[in-house]
This record gives sequence, structure tokens and C-alpha cells, in this order.
Amino acid sequence: MTGWENLTVGAAAPDREYGPISRTDIVQYQGASGDFNPIHHDDEFAQSAGYPGAFSVGMLQAGILASFATDWLGPRNVRTFGVQFREQVWPGDVLVCSGSVVGRDDDARTVDLELVATRVGGGAAIKGYATFVVE
Amino acid sequence: MVDKSAIGATDEPFTMVVEAGKVREFARATMSASPEYLEGPDPVIPPTFLTTVSFWSPPGRSVFSKVKMDLRRLLHGGQEYTFHGPPPAVGTTLTVQTRVADIYEKEGKRGGTMTFVITISEFRDESGTLVAEAKSTAIETGKPATSEAGA
Repeated sequence: MTGWENLTVGAAAPDREYGPISRTDIVQYQGASGDFNPIHHDDEFAQSAGYPGAFSVGMLQAGILASFATDWLGPRNVRTFGVQFREQVWPGDVLVCSGSVVGRDDDARTVDLELVATRVGGGAAIKGYATFVVE
Repeated sequence: MVDKSAIGATDEPFTMVVEAGKVREFARATMSASPEYLEGPDPVIPPTFLTTVSFWSPPGRSVFSKVKMDLRRLLHGGQEYTFHGPPPAVGTTLTVQTRVADIYEKEGKRGGTMTFVITISEFRDESGTLVAEAKSTAIETGKPATSEAGA
């Protein structure tokens, strides 16, 4: 269902669930990305900054949403991927990623996507957008 | 206090090598199921992989230090990656340069002035061709951060 004919405006990928996001997931991402801000793994540090505890890295949720999109339309086809951060994600949260086609360019053979990662029991954690070439 | 005279400031270019193990590690950490990243011999980078540029930037020379943001009130508002073709593949040596593209203020919904700082990093391949750009939006809030917004 990823061919050009099927990717009309409104076409959607099946929703996908990620998590519960564990502290290990957060630490693994921090090691992979190089962002070692202790606010994401050290409860005492996070509390000293006024938070109830350590919370996930925004770019981890962004990366998960990007993986959702590239699993759908292919790693080599992405041309733009952007996110806006909305709600923080906490250890134990389950994220549901969803995405749909909101625009098409017949000449460039690209589709524009609207993407969102929603916290189960909460609101949108990440709102995303992307453009993919369709082969 | 954000220093608006930093608009237009750039850092010194430096190189970043796209490595296979790093791509696989990053794809796992971001929960990809794509065989290209996880099993392929020479994958392209995942869309948000360029955040790992922090492993390559010379310490203490980030253009960001010229903006003088208050780290206790700093939020990451948004991030955007643009690829001018397929994303760079493993084995590519990228040259990176970052500039402060814009600084502007907005009144926050919950009171206080928010200052937005836009930085853009350009990534060029060995032939000097611009292959990717990363645009980052950092926000200095009017009040210390709370758990209500931002990441």
C-alpha cells in the first residue's frame, strides 16, 4: 500500500505502538545520540530543576516518529523530516505513532505527511511533518 | 539574556564521518524495524541521525555559546532536517558548518516573553555539494521551565 497510486491525500499508515518507554531506552538513546544531559536519567538532578523526575529526550520521540515514517515509505526516500515538541514523555509512557498523506506533488512525485506521536492517556508528545519521494 | 548580535555568527567548519556501527546503533535506539539500517551493508542515515554531530564538533567552539541563552530556561522547540537527495550513506565524510540564522521574541501564552533562536547547520559531501541541512529552534522561556511544555 505504499505505491504512488495508493498514496492519495488521506491515505494513512497503520498506527503503531512503541514502549512502554523504559529508562534503559532513554539511556540507550542518550549513548547513541551523544546528548548526555543528566535531566534525562538522574532523578535528583531533574528534581533540582523543578521536575518530578527524569524524563525522556525529545529527540528520542522525534527519532521514533522518524523510524515510523521511514519504516513506511523507505529510508532512502525521505527529503524533509521535522518535529515540534509538545508534551514531555515520562518513563513508562506508551507512544502511538500515526501518519497520513496531506499533500502530493505529481511532478516531483513526492508526498507530504502529517505525523504525530501521542502519549497513551495523554496528548500529542510530538507533532511531525515529512516529505518523501515515492519510487 | 539572549545576545541578538549573534545573528549571522558562524562556527568553524569541521568534518563528520558517517559510520556503519553508529547508524545501526542509532536505528536501534530509535526503534526502527528497517532491514536497511539494521542489516544492510551501506545504509543511509536515519532522518534525525545528524543530531550525532555533537560527537564531532570541537569542544567549546559551538556557535551556540555566542547566543548566551539561560540554560535553566532553555527548551528545544523544534527540529527539521532537509535532504537534497537520498540521505548521506555510510562512508560519506561530511563537512559541517552552523550559523545563527535568526533570533526573535514572542509573547508566551502563559505570560513572559519567549525568545526563539534558530540555528542552521549545513552538511556538504566530499565534492562540496550541499546534501543536508538541520534547522533547530531553541526557546528561552520567560520563566524557569516547568513540566508542562517542551522537551
